[in-house]
Amino acid sequence: MNTEVEDSTKCKDCSGTPRYRQDFPIDWEGDHYVSRREMVKFLTLGSFLLTVANWITVFARGLIRKDSSAVLRLGPASALAQNGAMLFRYPTAQDPCIAVRTPQGALVAYSQVCTHLSCAVVYDKSSDQLICPCHRGVFSVDQGAPIAGPPTRPLAKVRIEQRGDHIFATGLEV
Amino acid sequence: MSGREFFIDHSRCIGCQACVQACGECDTHRGTSMIHLETIERLDSVQTAPQVCMHCEDPICAQVCPADAIKKTPDGVVQSSLKPRCIACSNCVVACPFGVPKYMAEFEQMMKCDMCYDRSSVGKKPMCATVCPSGALTFTSMEDIQRTRRGIPVNSWRFGEEEVKTKVFVMVPRAVEQVRVDLIQIAPTPAALPVDPYDVALMLEAF
Repeated sequence: MNTEVEDSTKCKDCSGTPRYRQDFPIDWEGDHYVSRREMVKFLTLGSFLLTVANWITVFARGLIRKDSSAVLRLGPASALAQNGAMLFRYPTAQDPCIAVRTPQGALVAYSQVCTHLSCAVVYDKSSDQLICPCHRGVFSVDQGAPIAGPPTRPLAKVRIEQRGDHIFATGLEV
Repeated sequence: MSGREFFIDHSRCIGCQACVQACGECDTHRGTSMIHLETIERLDSVQTAPQVCMHCEDPICAQVCPADAIKKTPDGVVQSSLKPRCIACSNCVVACPFGVPKYMAEFEQMMKCDMCYDRSSVGKKPMCATVCPSGALTFTSMEDIQRTRRGIPVNSWRFGEEEVKTKVFVMVPRAVEQVRVDLIQIAPTPAALPVDPYDVALMLEAF
């Protein structure tokens, strides 16, 4: 009786070890052993998933909206005089920005946060430059590029446009 | 493992709890003591007995594990359950004839003595054996134990019909060749059992 029960749990040609025990060995070495077939399975499945993921990124690109940033009305065009500046916050209330209408009439806007140590830059009418009062950093109004003082990186640019009689911030330039 | 074996001499235990404290300081299960310090017949005696994992050659805890979580290393040490696999079913806790595995509810995992595997795998003594002042827990060579002790080390057990071989030895008198633990038939109702004079719950009721 006993031997019959034992025999039924063992396979015929594998030296007395039950099949499930071969698949799930108690020994550490057996547990860590990776057979050639498992390795090939892993590589095949892995490369298949990589291929699928690549195709998804190729085709899903069209599904993502290119510009999803909010449009913010800053005020009437008259609020920003020639050779004048206006402060606003964009895209959130924690991001101070400055809009400038240059003497030539162009409309530009930048983040007010100096790229050196995050002081607020101000517009200097006489020199037509953006100036950081903390360490005398100077940025050009055309590009926001650093032209003097400690800053080495340009100011973050905000896209700004005039629609009819109103000024709108339409996004950040990355 | 540098030719050294683990020996338990229950008669030498003085119940100082040093092993319990040291076990909790082991790096493989930091802060949690895995050793059992059993009190024997506490009504009559202060005798205590330490119980570490015996590391069976065919570990029944691993055999009954449905999650394939308990593994035996090449040097014969049965490890705690693997955390990603253990399903906290407590099969091993029930199955172990020595009552070693503990289900740790706070980790949702079975943990047990792993002979301080970080230490013993590099030839150091397990923590409990380093601190035991009376030599009840010893990690030494077979020649050394035979030279210094009166009893002989035995690692063969018999639980009813079941034979168990263990990696850890216990010291027994010279006449003994195998530790036999006979099974008692438990009556279907507790009322039919003889009153156990060492039942702690009954002792407390008497007060």
